[in-house]
Amino acid sequence: MSRRRDPVADPVRFVDERLGAAPFLRKAFHYVFPDHWSFLLGEIALYSFVILVATGTYIALFFEPSSHESVYHGSYAPLQGHVASDAFISTMRLSFEVPAGLLMRQTHHWAALVFIAAIVVHVMRVFFTGAFRKPRELNWVIGVTMLALAVLEGFLGYSLVDDLMSGMGLAIAYAVAISIPSVGGQVATLLWDGRFPGSDHFWPRLFIGHVFLLPAVLATLIGLHLAIIMRQHHTQFPGRGRTEGNVVGTPLWPGYALRTLGWFFAVAAVLVLLGGLVQINPIWIWGPYEPWQSTNGAQPDWFLGWLIGALRTMPPLEARFAGHTWIPNPFFGGLLFPSVCFGLLYLWPWLEQRFVTRDRRRHELLDRPRDNPLRTAIGAGFFTWVTVVFIAGAADRILVTIGFPYEGQIWFFRIADFVAPPVVALLTYAACRELQRSELHPLRAFAGRRVRRTAAGGFVAEPERGVARE
Amino acid sequence: MIALLGRLLALIAIVRRVLLGRGRGLPAPEPEADPSERRVPADARAEAIVAGLALGAAAAAVAFLVFYVVDADTQLLGLTAGLALALVAAALLVASLRVVPQVTEVEERAQLLHPDETGRAAEDARSAGEGISRRRLLTAAGGAAAAGLGAVAVVPIASLGPSVADRLAASPWRRGRLLVDEEDRPLRVDDLETGAFVTAFPQGADKRDLGSPVVVVRLDPRTIQLRPSRRSWAPLGFVAYSKICTHAGCAVSEFRYPLYQPTSKAPGLVCPCHYSTFDPASEGDVTFGPAGRPLPQLPLAVDGARQLRAAGPLSAPPGPAWWGVK
Repeated sequence: MSRRRDPVADPVRFVDERLGAAPFLRKAFHYVFPDHWSFLLGEIALYSFVILVATGTYIALFFEPSSHESVYHGSYAPLQGHVASDAFISTMRLSFEVPAGLLMRQTHHWAALVFIAAIVVHVMRVFFTGAFRKPRELNWVIGVTMLALAVLEGFLGYSLVDDLMSGMGLAIAYAVAISIPSVGGQVATLLWDGRFPGSDHFWPRLFIGHVFLLPAVLATLIGLHLAIIMRQHHTQFPGRGRTEGNVVGTPLWPGYALRTLGWFFAVAAVLVLLGGLVQINPIWIWGPYEPWQSTNGAQPDWFLGWLIGALRTMPPLEARFAGHTWIPNPFFGGLLFPSVCFGLLYLWPWLEQRFVTRDRRRHELLDRPRDNPLRTAIGAGFFTWVTVVFIAGAADRILVTIGFPYEGQIWFFRIADFVAPPVVALLTYAACRELQRSELHPLRAFAGRRVRRTAAGGFVAEPERGVARE
Repeated sequence: MIALLGRLLALIAIVRRVLLGRGRGLPAPEPEADPSERRVPADARAEAIVAGLALGAAAAAVAFLVFYVVDADTQLLGLTAGLALALVAAALLVASLRVVPQVTEVEERAQLLHPDETGRAAEDARSAGEGISRRRLLTAAGGAAAAGLGAVAVVPIASLGPSVADRLAASPWRRGRLLVDEEDRPLRVDDLETGAFVTAFPQGADKRDLGSPVVVVRLDPRTIQLRPSRRSWAPLGFVAYSKICTHAGCAVSEFRYPLYQPTSKAPGLVCPCHYSTFDPASEGDVTFGPAGRPLPQLPLAVDGARQLRAAGPLSAPPGPAWWGVK
């Protein structure tokens, strides 16, 4: 039997005959995505992850995860003849000798910064719109877990290079690990295979953590995150025809598929342009690390700033009695502070149910931040708290660049840690109430209609100017 | 208070409105699209734009390949690859918004909770225990097996590291050990003036060992304040402390040494990681920052060849604190 070839129907038929997938395809084509710019933030994180895996695979092919030391003989003259680890030297070779190597390495680094920034902003969007409410608590927990893992993954990544910044960061990480009450010594020597800077086994461990363990867990969680979204569908903002029982928006095929693919390429374009045009982590300027070296004004990648800030602002307290240091100082800033932050994030959906809204119903329509002033105020206060600590992490840069005395800054930040959050929370609360009352959009101009009273006592609506409204 | 803040915000909003005028700022939101509408653009110009953008992307990609072959700068590679990606993005976005049919659909949400099924599933789950009388024993035995196997799975992690023991407190410094610099040259007291600040290591020891590096500072002997048992530790005004910060293990590589003593702060050893500051004249005490204990001090002596030697071990375990630090 001869049949005319059909480039669309034939593949569909091929798949359906073998997998019975036509009903699934139809359903997928009509899967609806509600439209709002803020729903694209999570996609930035997802697509950054894709770029991270692609560029990371490339640069891993040239990287030697070894602390074995040899003499540098590459094309960067100022380091000629210097002794450095193979990790550092292979990264130098990747940067100077491998064609497109530096482009890949810088794009990888930029993608990591954008990846975590996108997750943070995405978490804020989800928080301030109440998207974490029932039935999405599980996805909130998965998302917060991914944020924590992404920060750790990023830290391992820039530690791997074994330049001066990596080494200073790892020294601090070791101090934080060893500061765990009672078992810190065992934990730290277990990870480093001895005391810092560790044995020859440490670098392969760092490497396998960065290129296999954490990415595998992250990829699994991303899959789970998306599967749960597909099962539950997206939330949407209230609007015409939108109810708790439906989703209104653009179907996957063809509009959204093209749009999100376009968004992927846009994210990739920005990351590659950053990687090609904006220098990041020039390790040849920092040089290789030795435990007796450090430098002033050194900063980690942005996503660790809050931990550096917590370590900096902590007063010199150390619980030492009965022959033991019960709580070494780095524990407070390096472990307790992030544990409290992430603990609050993890528990928030249940804290809110219990203490703020007393609402256990299912929610598919989002809140605007003003719709729940208390949540918005608490969130803004929390965010301010972390931000103040984050800025304190840059106190040395403030000293080095504009000369503001360091000790005065630390006292300022110690006080601001306690003062700023309640003030911001209060202001936010007032702003929400005012917006609720006036129904103004904070960024948009007045959208109402002016009414004029005539001499005869009647009212006449003025003709509309500017943008027309329905 | 809150009401006052509210007034203030309203005032700002009004001022904004007066200053900016109506219609400035962001436009008011457009009316919502009608659900379940479908519009076919049939826009030949948009199709031409998409084709142009795609061809532009192809050209940029070719440019990247050329630059790759001639081994051009990272900037040119990044610019061409980024441009290709950006043009593809633009083509796809224009195609999505101007070429393909514009559809708004309404999809009904699945009911997640199945009231009947929930109960039945719970009953199914419970039915496994039908007719079992020694439930507690079984639970306990199963729990014991799980805990045992869990331990079997986890405990081998211990072979990752050597036993802690006293390794964490170790240091190669012993009485009589010669102080050498990074190039293994002995430190001679006559080469170092008051105000000098150098890094030293025990001769022949592993420099990367956390117990090795020390900072040696020469101060005016009159300013040094040591307890009676440490009086002899600072010959000719030389003092030495572990270079590894007792806070977070970074190198204490900054030395604040005021040139005009009457008004400046006293000399300080500063760790650049979190600005823990230690007083070299006073047993390495913490004068600022988060460190919880002083820098361990190394007793010094000057030998017959006028070189610096250790007069004993470090006064405390070097590096960041842990459980074992007294």
